[in-house]
Amino acid sequence: MSDKPVGEMSFEEAMRALEAVVGQLERGDVALEDSIKLYERGAELKARCETKLKEAEEKVAAITLDPNGTPIGATPVEGL
Amino acid sequence: MSDLIDDPQPGENAPEFTVSEISGALKKTIEGAFGRVRVRGEVGRVMLARSGHLYFDVKDDRSVLAAVSWKGQVSRLSIKPEEGMEVIVTGKLTTFGSQSKYQLNVDDVVVAGEGALMAMLEKRKKTLAAEGLFAPERKKKLPFLPEVIGVVTSPSGAVIRDILHRLRDRFPRKVLIWPVAVQGEACAPQVAAAIEGFNRMQPGGALPRPDLLIVARGGGSIEDLWGFNEEIVARAAAASDIPLISAVGHETDTTLIDFVSDLRAPTPTAAAEHAVPVRMELLAWTEEQGTRLTRSLEQALTQRGQRLRDLSRALPRPEALLDNPRQRLDTASHKLPSALRHVAQSGRVKLTEASAGLRPRVLTARLAPMRDRLNMAGARLDPDRITDANKRRTVEITGLSARLDRAFLANTKRHEDRLTSLERMRQTLGYTETLKRGYAVVRGDGDVVTSQAAAAKAKALEIEFADGRLALDGAGTSAVKPIKPATKPKPKKDAPDQGSLF
Repeated sequence: MSDKPVGEMSFEEAMRALEAVVGQLERGDVALEDSIKLYERGAELKARCETKLKEAEEKVAAITLDPNGTPIGATPVEGL
Repeated sequence: MSDLIDDPQPGENAPEFTVSEISGALKKTIEGAFGRVRVRGEVGRVMLARSGHLYFDVKDDRSVLAAVSWKGQVSRLSIKPEEGMEVIVTGKLTTFGSQSKYQLNVDDVVVAGEGALMAMLEKRKKTLAAEGLFAPERKKKLPFLPEVIGVVTSPSGAVIRDILHRLRDRFPRKVLIWPVAVQGEACAPQVAAAIEGFNRMQPGGALPRPDLLIVARGGGSIEDLWGFNEEIVARAAAASDIPLISAVGHETDTTLIDFVSDLRAPTPTAAAEHAVPVRMELLAWTEEQGTRLTRSLEQALTQRGQRLRDLSRALPRPEALLDNPRQRLDTASHKLPSALRHVAQSGRVKLTEASAGLRPRVLTARLAPMRDRLNMAGARLDPDRITDANKRRTVEITGLSARLDRAFLANTKRHEDRLTSLERMRQTLGYTETLKRGYAVVRGDGDVVTSQAAAAKAKALEIEFADGRLALDGAGTSAVKPIKPATKPKPKKDAPDQGSLF
């Protein structure tokens, strides 16, 4: 288990951690107290995954360049 | 005609041109007659002048055409001519009057034929491969779910639309498009600048730094795609810290950037598929994980509950645990009184057996002979007998003592008598007795003198008489006549004064 707080995990980290927790619980060789803690952590990780999945939002912008080719900003792109 | 003009001089009537006039006329004729032309040939000698103009030859097996590109044109050439390269040059045919030369002012050079292009591509591939830029260990892992995707492509056209569509289907993300020309001379520098530009963005800057790059272009001819074969593009892609997917052309087209990118996608759509996972699948997966989580916890609880019930069933009642020991206690306490009785009885029997032989008469019988022996010893022990013996010994000692005294006295007397007679004898034998009879002793210088010669030699003479000594001075006087030799005196024997023994 990584020590990183769940709230700071990327989707992939939360996903790997959740996978590990479920695997551990399913093996059934965990003490009861630990399995309750594991369940709570699993629930937290699952919530994190769902949050990251719900964040899916499309936002497309095109970079605007000055004549020298240096980016000076971005304009939203729509209709593509 | 000849009779109209008498004695004509050849060329007499023709107008005269100055050199510059004819040169200018030629220039006008040539430029007018040919205009822009395309010429195919092999590049010969190439010379880039310090002024920035590029001079080179285009030749075939028989002729050479001088070609020149002015400084401003050189930077716009899509390909720099190299010696030996098969090219098609496009430009305006003109003359160079100063050297009586015609030449082609080239504003475009393209490689002639795919074979030549591929040969050039192979050469570049070898160079970059030798530098290790294609090594598999250089390939970076793509992020599982990128937050921001940077796309380097043309802002209009099917490619960006395909990518955005596919992203939308799978997992809508933030997309930053860096618009570039995807063909022509501007393509390669712009694409390279875009890759470098995305890498220069800082996390948290004005524009979000992408965590994945896609460099994409639709299908086209090898010439159309050529920008992606340029070394600057390949080097920029290799240097990119952000993982990069290349998707240039169709599935069968492979450009130089594909070798250095972290992943080569066959099409732009495929690039989008590699870029993000499918959101719905992940949602379903997360849901499933939740279910499994709950189920496994429930199962853990159920199993433990079941096990607890099983174990408590197997656990015996506390009373049952005590039954057996209690019975043993009962049996033991029943046996206790009889066991005590038995121990006492057997003890008593042993006591009886032991005391049977213990009677006074037996002891008395054993004492009688001992008493007899004691009496006998006592009888022999008589004090009178000891006193008698003592008396007898006292008498003996007294007798012996008297004898000792007597013997001692007698012995002493005998020694005294013998001493007296010896003294008498000594006095009789001594020279002093002789002196009494009238003899004298003469001494010279202390020694006894017995001859006349000796007396003559002595310095002082002394005569000893019975009643004393007389010293004579003037010794050695021959007047003195010896009367008779002096009696040799007996050596004075000093009888030791033998003391009384008592």
